[in-house]
Amino acid sequence: MANAEVVLLDFWPSPFGMRVRIALAEKGIKYEYKEEDLQNKSALLLQMNPVHKKIPVLIHNGKPVAESLIAVQYIDEAWKDKAPLLPSDPYLRAQAKFWADFVDKKIYALGRKIWATKGEEQEAAKKEFIESLKLMEGKLGEKPYFGGESFGYVDVVLVPFYSWFYAYEVFGNFSIEAECPKLIQWAKRCSEKESVLKSLPDHKKVHGFVLELKKRLGIE
Amino acid sequence: MAEQEVILFGMCISPFSRRIELALKIKGIQYQYIEEDLSNKSPLLLKYNPVHKKVPVLVHNGKPIAESLVILEYIDETWQNNPILPKDPYSRAIARFWAKFVEEKILPTALKTIAAEGKEQEQIIEQVYQKLNFLENELNGKDFFGGGSIGYLDIVVFFIARAFQVNQEVTQVELISKEKLPAICKWIEKLLKIDVVNECIPPREKHIAFIRAHLEAAKSSSN
Repeated sequence: MANAEVVLLDFWPSPFGMRVRIALAEKGIKYEYKEEDLQNKSALLLQMNPVHKKIPVLIHNGKPVAESLIAVQYIDEAWKDKAPLLPSDPYLRAQAKFWADFVDKKIYALGRKIWATKGEEQEAAKKEFIESLKLMEGKLGEKPYFGGESFGYVDVVLVPFYSWFYAYEVFGNFSIEAECPKLIQWAKRCSEKESVLKSLPDHKKVHGFVLELKKRLGIE
Repeated sequence: MAEQEVILFGMCISPFSRRIELALKIKGIQYQYIEEDLSNKSPLLLKYNPVHKKVPVLVHNGKPIAESLVILEYIDETWQNNPILPKDPYSRAIARFWAKFVEEKILPTALKTIAAEGKEQEQIIEQVYQKLNFLENELNGKDFFGGGSIGYLDIVVFFIARAFQVNQEVTQVELISKEKLPAICKWIEKLLKIDVVNECIPPREKHIAFIRAHLEAAKSSSN
């Protein structure tokens, strides 16, 4: 490995990885991107994240930071003089951390159920998924971003899932835009930012990935 | 600082709630405590935490903050005396990493021991040990996770560890053995010698009664 100051161990469809990519791009940080084959994890990944053996892992001067929310907060604190992602007011920071935690507790797990299950389980997941997105839509209100006038932490945390919405819609047979038009407007606004554009894969590619994943897992 | 209103909605047995009490006491913050009956949640709690409807909730000058780890960081940023989190970004990331590990891995696995029996329970106990062993190594000769004094991770782990020990008195399930986790045991003993920590421990009899009541409820619901 070249003497890179910042390395990101990642996997292209991972929304968690996308968060870290976006944060690094927002701060203008040069880094080495290493694509992991999750069926054949590298020695480096196992060494840098022995506890979870998962991506993303941010490695800064040889020191690893695992868990995407923790990595994004680390990036915000270590490069604090450029494009702050969290607000400076403690109460607003707490609100941002609360909603990031909410996204982590709900969106990924529910999204997974939407593409991995059928029947009643899938319907229940779709319902709760939409409810969760509506709650976030309410939180967004009339602001351009969750961060207010500027793109911030909660935006970074949630927007990666936008690249998965098409897959959710196809497998779940529903329209997220029909239910949450304001949220889709927000997502499109975010997608105009270069940091997001560079970090999110094409949604048809994601759909293709999920199709293959389902085959591999033996899910119809 | 000018007159501030700090209210904590909690439940005396909840380790999440106790974390906040310890942080407030460490910082010398005066607060009003409201004990919630979780089977009959107050309208105020539901108003202040409509998303999760859980304790703890800290209300500062009328503004609510929920989720214990979020509250801990809010307290640390708002009252800057006796800092809980380290200053250096990397150390902060490590502390947050282990706190998340406790919440998402250690605790849920430990809870599974309640419903499990025999061989299955033994396997789960072993899994908990493997996870606690990471924390054992993280202590690595230090007095506290925070170094020379109590910090964020000590606050996060302590009440969970305490709950495991009290649970052992009722169920005989040993999750923290002196032989296998000596550093953690020593660390618990050190913490128990600190007044402010002792003030925050759930009263032992009440704690035991609570565990017994929940075991009964779990058994009867599975029958």
